[in-house]
Amino acid sequence: MKKKIYSVLVENRSGVLSKVAGLFSRRNFNIESLAVGETDAKDVSCMTIVSSGDQHTIEQIEKQLNKKIDVIKVKTFDESQVIARELMLIKVKYNKTNRRDVMEICDIMKAQIVDMSKHFMMIQLCDVPERTSLMISMLQSISIVEVARTGTLALGKCQEND
Amino acid sequence: MNGADAIIKCLEAEQVTTVFGYPGVAICPFYNSILESDIRTILIRTEQNAAHAASGMARMTGRPGVCAVTSGPGATNVITGIATAFADSIPLIVITGQVNSELLGSDVFQEADITGAVESFVKYSYLVRDAKDIPRIFKEAFHIANTGRKGPVLIDVPIDVQNANIDKFVYPSEINMRTYKPTVKGNMVQIKKVEKELEKAKKPLLCVGGGVLLSEAEGEIREFSKRFGVPVVSTMMGIGVMPTKDPLYFGMVGNNGKPYANKAIQDCDLLIMVGARVADRAVNQPEIITRNKVLVHIDVDPAEIGKNAGPTIPLVGDAKHIFEDLLAQEVTCDCKDWTKELGEWRVSMAPKRNPNPDYVDPAAFITMLSEKMQDNGVYVADVGQNQIWSCAYHIVKNGRFMTSGGMGTMGYSIPAAMGAKLAAPDRQVIAVCGDGSFQMSMMELATMRQHNVPVKIIVIKNNYLGMVRQYQHFTYKDHYSVVDLSGSPDLEKLVSAYDMKYLRLDNMKNAEKVLDAFLAKDESILLEVRIDPMDLV
Repeated sequence: MKKKIYSVLVENRSGVLSKVAGLFSRRNFNIESLAVGETDAKDVSCMTIVSSGDQHTIEQIEKQLNKKIDVIKVKTFDESQVIARELMLIKVKYNKTNRRDVMEICDIMKAQIVDMSKHFMMIQLCDVPERTSLMISMLQSISIVEVARTGTLALGKCQEND
Repeated sequence: MNGADAIIKCLEAEQVTTVFGYPGVAICPFYNSILESDIRTILIRTEQNAAHAASGMARMTGRPGVCAVTSGPGATNVITGIATAFADSIPLIVITGQVNSELLGSDVFQEADITGAVESFVKYSYLVRDAKDIPRIFKEAFHIANTGRKGPVLIDVPIDVQNANIDKFVYPSEINMRTYKPTVKGNMVQIKKVEKELEKAKKPLLCVGGGVLLSEAEGEIREFSKRFGVPVVSTMMGIGVMPTKDPLYFGMVGNNGKPYANKAIQDCDLLIMVGARVADRAVNQPEIITRNKVLVHIDVDPAEIGKNAGPTIPLVGDAKHIFEDLLAQEVTCDCKDWTKELGEWRVSMAPKRNPNPDYVDPAAFITMLSEKMQDNGVYVADVGQNQIWSCAYHIVKNGRFMTSGGMGTMGYSIPAAMGAKLAAPDRQVIAVCGDGSFQMSMMELATMRQHNVPVKIIVIKNNYLGMVRQYQHFTYKDHYSVVDLSGSPDLEKLVSAYDMKYLRLDNMKNAEKVLDAFLAKDESILLEVRIDPMDLV
């Protein structure tokens, strides 16, 4: 099993997300994460899909994606070929005794506290996916209320022939 | 001019002659506008058959078949027909009426999310939001349906869009789609590799699929086989690429194929698969076609290459172009010993049957029928035991053989034969079905009568769902479950209700005479053929 990151440029039209997601479920390909957003061109969206499989599956995913008429371009990357980031918002319940611990963890992880109330705190972290997962495990002892993650966003590393 | 008028103008621009369908309120503007056109409308008796009939027409003409149905149940009924066409890569344009745009998503009367429902069975689909987009969408739809790997395209048109006014109609002359550019020409580097392998090969074999017929490359394949002496086998969908009696043709491969065709696939040292998917019924163990041999896989759809078996030489492109390029090369291929060996297997491995003389022997009957059919006749086989016998014993001369290969949709033959007959009124068109599959489409006898479509029908009757009965015979040791067709109608009485002629054949004694009478005139006629209910394929 190899992990691959697919950067898929698609027509920014209604229904395209469900077509691509439907392709994965129908063909029995797994999706570890999927993130979508507009690009600099208004009529083009970029979907970043993290998936894994054997060599045959990886090839099929790329071919089947390319076959979709709404798909403009598919780029397939190994983890080492991209800069990958994930944005996470995490809400925790704190009290007097663990308040400092939370702040210390945030400090170590370079996370920001973006909102707070008397008993709750919202923390933002933008980092590689492994570190967002690490942040969750660090805060598990504090009492996590809610978590929202974007899923992996990735672009191929800068090369002079880009 | 309104949206519906514009749709008709698009169909005229695409030289559509016939629309199969079934109206309902949501498609009424379309059916109102079509009255002003020369396009013929055929009122089919259930929507699924509209797609099958359009499929039969598409396969005869090489142009997309068109059907138009209403929203909700009309649209959902057509899905099986769409899926059938999709599995066999048949180009269709399916127009569905839809509820008013403003009501979309509110579950009003006869609303169904048809573009969502058919997503995995269509090559592409459109939901028309603005009548101004109609010319572009139809231009694209016909292009998508009939290029690259062909397939059905669905266009869902809300009733208000059909009724909306359009200032002027201009049918685009060009297509501007950045995401859709199918490969047609084969890569010359790969083609050269194929030639090298051909020169080396001692036991080359060509395996042709439905893609060859879709690309209209039969001529090139026949020429290639003849010039280089390369033997040919086919999948079910590839039947008819080679004339059955061609000395270099060795029959259909697969579970229900000829044993010598399967042995040829195993023993060859160079296998060239063309327009074939390597699906389970044709090649149930993909490693057989890769082991100890060079596999060349030619297909217009890159995703098919390597999906079920990894080829040595992948070659993406249209079969016709690729074989034109291959034929333009100087290649010496010597495989006389191999074809001689295959010829011997054809004799020694010929399947033997033990027919019951009290009934008609389907094998002998189909062979006799084929011999008596017109040279360019069209034979449409349904699904079940009848299909397997048809594949095994029908002799294609210069005609066509059609069946639902990928999806195996029962009831395909009668509507598809109607579509074929309307496309080629001068040719003899025969639908061959079982008593199960006949009853799935027998409502179309009315369509044949109403629109005067003289299709000939043969019902191979054994009072069973024979293919399933046979499966239960082997798998469950004759523990038959829900395969008995008692209660079926008296076919003579049934067809007389439609003013249709009827003949019956109980055993082989009168076969010649009855078949001559059956084929004598260009008319609708049904021949009931009684076979041994326990017969196996």
